[in-house]
Amino acid sequence: MTTEPNTAPKMTARGVNVFYGDKQAIDDVSIDVYRDHVTAFIGPSGCGKSTFLRTLNRMNDTVAGARVTGDIRLDGEDIYAPEMDVVQLRARVGMVFQKPNPFPKSIFDNVAYGPKIHGLATSKSELEGIVESALTRAGLWGEVKDRLQDSGTALSGGQQQRLCIARAIAVDPETVLMDEPCSALDPIATAKIEELIHELRGRYAIVIVTHNMQQAARVSQRTAFFHLGKIVEYGATTDIFTNPREERTKDYITGRYG
Amino acid sequence: MSGLAIVLMLFGLGLIAWLSGRARAAQLERVTPAAAVRPHSRPQYHGWYVALWTILPALAFLSVWSALSPGLAVQAVLADPAAASLPDNEFVRSAIIGEARQLATGQIAQGFNPQSAALVEPFRTAISRYSTIGVVIALILAFAGAAWSFTRLKRDFRARTRVERVVMLLLLAASLVAILTTFGIVFSLLFESIRFFDRVPVTDFLFGTHWSPVSGNEDPDLFGAIPLFWGTILIGAVIAMIVAIPLGLMTAIYLTQYAPARVRSWLKPTIEVLAGVPTVVYGFFAALTVGPALRSLADALGIAGASSDSALAAGLVMGIMIIPLVSSMADDSIAAVPSAMRDGSLALGATPSETIRKVLIPAALPGVMGGVLLAVSRAVGETMIVVMAAGQSANLTGNPFSSVTTVTVQIVKLMTGDQEFESAKTLAAFALGLVLFIVTLMLNIVALRIVKRFRESYE
Repeated sequence: MTTEPNTAPKMTARGVNVFYGDKQAIDDVSIDVYRDHVTAFIGPSGCGKSTFLRTLNRMNDTVAGARVTGDIRLDGEDIYAPEMDVVQLRARVGMVFQKPNPFPKSIFDNVAYGPKIHGLATSKSELEGIVESALTRAGLWGEVKDRLQDSGTALSGGQQQRLCIARAIAVDPETVLMDEPCSALDPIATAKIEELIHELRGRYAIVIVTHNMQQAARVSQRTAFFHLGKIVEYGATTDIFTNPREERTKDYITGRYG
Repeated sequence: MSGLAIVLMLFGLGLIAWLSGRARAAQLERVTPAAAVRPHSRPQYHGWYVALWTILPALAFLSVWSALSPGLAVQAVLADPAAASLPDNEFVRSAIIGEARQLATGQIAQGFNPQSAALVEPFRTAISRYSTIGVVIALILAFAGAAWSFTRLKRDFRARTRVERVVMLLLLAASLVAILTTFGIVFSLLFESIRFFDRVPVTDFLFGTHWSPVSGNEDPDLFGAIPLFWGTILIGAVIAMIVAIPLGLMTAIYLTQYAPARVRSWLKPTIEVLAGVPTVVYGFFAALTVGPALRSLADALGIAGASSDSALAAGLVMGIMIIPLVSSMADDSIAAVPSAMRDGSLALGATPSETIRKVLIPAALPGVMGGVLLAVSRAVGETMIVVMAAGQSANLTGNPFSSVTTVTVQIVKLMTGDQEFESAKTLAAFALGLVLFIVTLMLNIVALRIVKRFRESYE
């Protein structure tokens, strides 16, 4: 496992500020996200890590009164440029939410939703192929292959979250954003999701927000520590956890505050 | 003593009971030293306890008594020697007795029947006797209740628990009033309908296709209600819904998904104000503006049988009237879909309209369906617009430009003007009312069930 990336960053952020009305939630954040690495955002509740994550696929656009300044690029392309189509952006930068949110549709239709709206399949069998491979990569195929027509909401919490991951990767994104994907799950389901993140690494750039430091240490190669809307420290996960440069990072890692 | 006076007196006694109960409890509280455990209930609960025991049994007795005593009075009068000469004919007898009662209570000055005059005096005696008995028993009950409850007051008496229970029962009784009244309405409809169905068989009524009731004619062939049912469905469930469902749904979608907070804050109340416009105003609009305009349109298009009272005019205006109902139900159901669904869809790169069509509407569909059924039920029972704009002729036609009639219009027509309660013509109104009641009740039950199940699935 390399700790220093040797490729160009997949996404870059420079001097990003986010405002909700008059309140500044993110203050001058700059970061690079690499394709071959899982990047973890850690920090105490309310530190802005989820807010920043949502700027990466412009989900903050849906929040009334939210305003983003600064420069965020995907493969060098400014995603806040007027000519950027947000619909295409979100197809390239997928997202998995804190609480599993399968649509009240069948398992098959949940996964087929994205490919259908983006016209990724020209035939039914091709669509079935996409669904099968997404479910397989999400580690769910074996559990649901005999009941694809059952409702997605009837699955267990952990299965629902893997279904949401399958749904996100079915549109073949370049980056997958995960916003505390395990916070609503039990330890066994959490372990399965972490295992899945390992397997997906390298295929997609993955950014995961977590407030569980052990999880960040287990799944990520790079970690950014957020505090009060700023990045305090960003570097290789092993460095952050064994040899933090900043006193505040050390205090947080050792549980002295947060 | 008049009824009002005795009730006021009971409340006066209740006030005294409240004051003395409270004083007694305060005294009990003082007698025992403060070191002891605090009393269970505050003094005013002791006061309420005594007051309730003073008022409620006496009031309950009075209400039963006021129902019983007229019968007892009549019995007493019949036992009087003056009643021995009454004729045997049941009808004449009760007429005379009724007249005597009215004379005795001063409601009329002069009887029509000479025999009634002889009964006035016995009636007066009987009425005043029973009224005195009632008052005396009520007062005895009030004092007994007060005395008994007062003796129960102790330092650790749980007056609060008991008072709260009585409050709960009173609230329960209040909420049952509406339900019991509805049962009363249903029963009266039912009995009159049964009398109608004695004259006209149910099947002829429900499946007959010719409607032209005439006074004094009980030929079942004249009471076929199908044209009315058809008119009702055509206006309320077809034309009005064709207008209300798409417009209401689109309104709801705009309000929940697109409207900026500022627009929403005035648009939504404005639409809801439409629901408060009296239907007679919509009726004017339908009858004076929409109807004639549609007839000119139909004439211009060369459609035969067009009338200025048309199903289309009534249905269109009714649809407009129903829009707020549909849109507010749809608004609620769409807003009840968790925003995680919308975010999930948007995050996959779906456009807002794809998200609405493929995720929000399907997820909100049960709630929307419930709203539509409620709207149909409202439209089917709506009266004023159709009375003014749909016409009166019972046509069985698919032509929306022609005049049709509805169940509610016919009920109005049958129940206004000269009416004889024994004729099939008037009784038919009750049968129509019963059908209307059953249909709207069913629609409401189904709609509320759908809405409820939908709510549960997201909570």
